[in-house]
Amino acid sequence: MKNKPIIRICMGTGGIAAGGTEVMKAFKKQLKRKGIKADVKKHCLLHKVGCRGLCAKDVLVDIIVNKVKSTYQFIQPDMVQRIVDEHVINNVPVQDWLVTDDYHQFHNKQIKVVLSDCGTIDPEEISSYRAVGGYDALKQVLETGSPGDTIKTLKESGLRGRGGAGFPTGMKWEFCKNQSSPEKYIICNADEGDPGAFMDRSIIEGNPHAVIEGMVIGAYAIGAHKGYVYIRAEYPLAVERLRKALTHARKLKFLGKNILGKKFNFDIKVKLGAGAFVCGEETALIASIEGYRGMPRAKPPFPVYRGLWGNPTVINNVETLANVSYIIRNGAEWFASFGTEKSKGTKVFALTGKIRNSGLIEVPMGISLREIIYDIGGGIDKDVAFKAVQTGGPSGGCIPASLLNINVDYESLAQVGSIVGSGGMVVLDENDCMVNIAKFFLQFTQAESCGKCIPCRIGTKRLLEILERITAGDGRDEDLELLMNLSYDIKASSLCGLGQTAPNPILSTIKYFREEYEAHIKKKKCPAGVCRDLLDYAVLAEFCTGCGACKRVCPAGAVSGERKQVHRIDPELCVKCGACFEACKFKAIGKG
Amino acid sequence: MDKALKKILADFTKNEGNIISLLQNIQDAFGYIPEDAVYCFSKELDIPASRFFGIATFYAQFHLSPRGKNIVTTCCGTACHVKGSERLLNGLKTELNLPEGEHTTSDREITIEKVNCVGACSIAPVVIINKKVHGKISADKLMKEIRLLRKQ
Repeated sequence: MKNKPIIRICMGTGGIAAGGTEVMKAFKKQLKRKGIKADVKKHCLLHKVGCRGLCAKDVLVDIIVNKVKSTYQFIQPDMVQRIVDEHVINNVPVQDWLVTDDYHQFHNKQIKVVLSDCGTIDPEEISSYRAVGGYDALKQVLETGSPGDTIKTLKESGLRGRGGAGFPTGMKWEFCKNQSSPEKYIICNADEGDPGAFMDRSIIEGNPHAVIEGMVIGAYAIGAHKGYVYIRAEYPLAVERLRKALTHARKLKFLGKNILGKKFNFDIKVKLGAGAFVCGEETALIASIEGYRGMPRAKPPFPVYRGLWGNPTVINNVETLANVSYIIRNGAEWFASFGTEKSKGTKVFALTGKIRNSGLIEVPMGISLREIIYDIGGGIDKDVAFKAVQTGGPSGGCIPASLLNINVDYESLAQVGSIVGSGGMVVLDENDCMVNIAKFFLQFTQAESCGKCIPCRIGTKRLLEILERITAGDGRDEDLELLMNLSYDIKASSLCGLGQTAPNPILSTIKYFREEYEAHIKKKKCPAGVCRDLLDYAVLAEFCTGCGACKRVCPAGAVSGERKQVHRIDPELCVKCGACFEACKFKAIGKG
Repeated sequence: MDKALKKILADFTKNEGNIISLLQNIQDAFGYIPEDAVYCFSKELDIPASRFFGIATFYAQFHLSPRGKNIVTTCCGTACHVKGSERLLNGLKTELNLPEGEHTTSDREITIEKVNCVGACSIAPVVIINKKVHGKISADKLMKEIRLLRKQ
């Protein structure tokens, strides 16, 4: 059978959470029932794939018969039998369950480089990566290129670090190559700590070999023999797939001694992070690998001069490394044809929050924010107004609706007070309180501050206290100015990136949403209806059916009323937990 | 010396003498980091116990007291936050009758924890019950799962 059918089941973290494992089992069972099982590998290729982006519609299943691909969404085990009977065997797709227009719209404006093979290859089979040209770049570099050529290609491509800072990768490698030290290291930073970001997890889960290949090429370029992947323990599936991939790569001589028969030795160790956000900072990460508390130190000297155990060390982000093999294979010019003058190539973003199509996207640098949110993301979930998009996690800022036309690249986002960062994009709607969002991020950075330098340790604590009193209704007139002054001081005097950027969420929300802060401080009101202490709950008599749902859930006994009569909330007893608001099916509880 | 501890000690020397890996191994073996184990290794390796505790309290992954049989972890990343993770957490505390500051039920059946982000933001809000990820979970659904845990 030449054109054997291919069945791909999304089994990234999102796919598995939606039931991917069970769907896989159901397919195996149904194929066996139809007598196809005996040669699953030979006649029908059934395999798992990593994330292909639109996790909101998981479990996604691709069926390819006679080279025609159909994609199904929201697949559950009980739907599998019909798909096998009608589509796999008789080649008549089950129309009702196929993806709809928004799935295609989600992909139309994307350009996939790093993610080009995520979602099509089997992340647990090295042969699957080899079949799409995997490890060809490494062969090319080892057989025909020199370390100098490799670095030259990287420099010409214009690739910049995808972890947030955007430092040119080729230059970093060159600095390290020029160091004459017998021991050098290359570290892959997979400590993706930004809340709201999952690019690195998805890349490792979907195509771990691309990261490994990038590391081996990097090691060859700088002259390293040992590498580490520092990965979060919170990503168990990514760790498992990475370990499996390393074992496979060693077997085929892409890692280890005399790689591909050349005089080049290199191997990679996996180090599990232990749950400290600050370890994403490179000097803290090094301290953590060395077995100490992950505390940053002053730079310079930069790690390329003095890094792990005092030796020259290159630290690259997962996405940066995953780009490398594609650049080598397709050429620097090809890569540089995407993006803007200063920000070349594509960037992966995690588009989440109050957006219709939430998921993982890869777009050329310089695309407008509006295209990302409305064309790819499909606009705001439910019929409410867009308010802002938070980019760059705790180090970034909130960009308001008025700036939706800006281009997404390193420079443009920095101009409006945010950053590209590692690539998290959380969309906020009119029901989100910007003061609460700022408080959320400060809670985070304050808790994650390592405590070494005073501006960050004490400064973030003070910032948080001020935000807490504002959201509790105790804000003072001078608080806004105080927040801003303190923010500038912390930015100017903190030791590492964590402290230097921690005030960004506050500064950007004050800049664009000052009136919301003022409503909290002066009117003691939360316009979005989020800050609990500033809310009053009341029954809206015209909608109340007297069903008693609110009365049953009220933990304080504050709701009274006879059945089928309009109920009432006693403001004296109300603890403002919002349980009645949640429980009411008739929108008869008002808050404000 | 306990067999489990001996094995951890052997791994330690293999592992470039990394205290973080050592603590991770202890936690894997016991579910938490018992004080006695720390003192034992401190003596054995001639490293001050303060260094162990300094590291164990620095990293969020380490627990110095025993945890419950079932671990319920609520993701508190940005996407989960805007989709109501705080309500889930409060609901859990009420359902399990946990006093302020307490994270494990008195019968040591269930421990509730927070995590900064599990990177499953497109299916927010997310709760992980005994390593299984539950996406787009509502308070109702979560309480049902908790009651199920209690019954077992």
